[in-house]
Amino acid sequence: MIRLDHVTHRYDDRVVLDDVDLELSERRIAVVGANGSGKSTFARLINGLIVPSQGSVTVDGLDTATQGAEVRRRVGFLFTNPEAQIIMPTVGEDVAFSLRRSGLPADQVRTKVAETLRALDLAGLEDRPSTHLSGGQKQLLALASVLVLEPDVLVCDEPTTLLDLRHTRQVHGILAALALQLVLVTHDLDLAADSDRVLVFDEGRVVADGAPGEAIAHYRGLVR
Amino acid sequence: MSLPLAVSGDSWLHRMPAGRKLLALLVGEVIVAAAARSVAAATVAVVVAAALWSLARVPVRTAWRSLRLILLVATLVGAAQWWYAGGAPAFVVTSQLVVAVAIAVLVTLTTRTSDLLDALDRGLKPLRHLGVDPARVSLTLALAVTSVPVVGGLLGELRQAARARGIRPGPVVLGVPLVVRTLQHADQLGEALAARGVDD
Repeated sequence: MIRLDHVTHRYDDRVVLDDVDLELSERRIAVVGANGSGKSTFARLINGLIVPSQGSVTVDGLDTATQGAEVRRRVGFLFTNPEAQIIMPTVGEDVAFSLRRSGLPADQVRTKVAETLRALDLAGLEDRPSTHLSGGQKQLLALASVLVLEPDVLVCDEPTTLLDLRHTRQVHGILAALALQLVLVTHDLDLAADSDRVLVFDEGRVVADGAPGEAIAHYRGLVR
Repeated sequence: MSLPLAVSGDSWLHRMPAGRKLLALLVGEVIVAAAARSVAAATVAVVVAAALWSLARVPVRTAWRSLRLILLVATLVGAAQWWYAGGAPAFVVTSQLVVAVAIAVLVTLTTRTSDLLDALDRGLKPLRHLGVDPARVSLTLALAVTSVPVVGGLLGELRQAARARGIRPGPVVLGVPLVVRTLQHADQLGEALAARGVDD
């Protein structure tokens, strides 16, 4: 359960989230809104990457402001740009890097890396330099580096914005099949329509919240 | 632009544990700097380095790609030395330079980065008492290795962007935007590391 308790967030004097009060227990939650509406800030608050200026954010009762490390162990985060997420020079090493502090023996790390890469259609690319991957493969690698940690919640900030149609569909399929709570910030309304609940952000506030049909219709009305 | 990455192989150098290889590299670099100071000694150093490369069975194309820059630099340095100091000093300095870089590159070509990091983690553990965080040092190394091609890619994008606007790309035009884009990348990377709990 993700809980935002009257959260306001400011960057200097600019209010980017204004008194957001939410409980998120659904399996798939989509977040839509115009650029600058506060979606990405909302996503970063859930992972504890930023802490609210006012109010509190908790994940399964853990406060992101005081228990950030424990929150991040439960909440994975996928960014828009995979280039900024890849740390190690080869595919296999990058996924294994996520497990460096897990204390798992090397053979278990290898097994988990191989299983994760297989699940994301990257099997056989373990020794491929990550810089030689296509944009879509890089995003899959970034996703693999998060999923290998087996998070309970996955927050994705516009994960398909930089991808071609084929890889967008592939990422859609993978995200849809995941057995975890998914919070998906997206401009892709088809993807949002597959969610259990859709939040519409506008100027830092949640202006619509509900079933995909109604919420997306509200959003379309905003941008008309 | 790229930094040499490990190439798969089954030579004895590939099989040698990373820690032992790093130690041997350290000893080798000290010997090259301290002892290869005559034409005879420098020749021996070159022959030994060439033998190591041969034993590692690195593909010729990879070897050329990995060493061409240092060979170019060494040629320029050697020419300058020849002009000022004569043939023998030029040969010694050039040989020292090429051998020092070549054996370091050979270690990176025959060792996976993750193995190097593990070896560094283990090797630096005693320095914990002095406030050194081995995991942080090895992470810094990994970031340095992966950031070189990223910055190269940014430079390529900026060059193309300048050409697309009819501007001739040069150091003055590209310098500031490259620094800004590199800092933006560093910012994003830092956020991604935090999201992965690396600093927790």
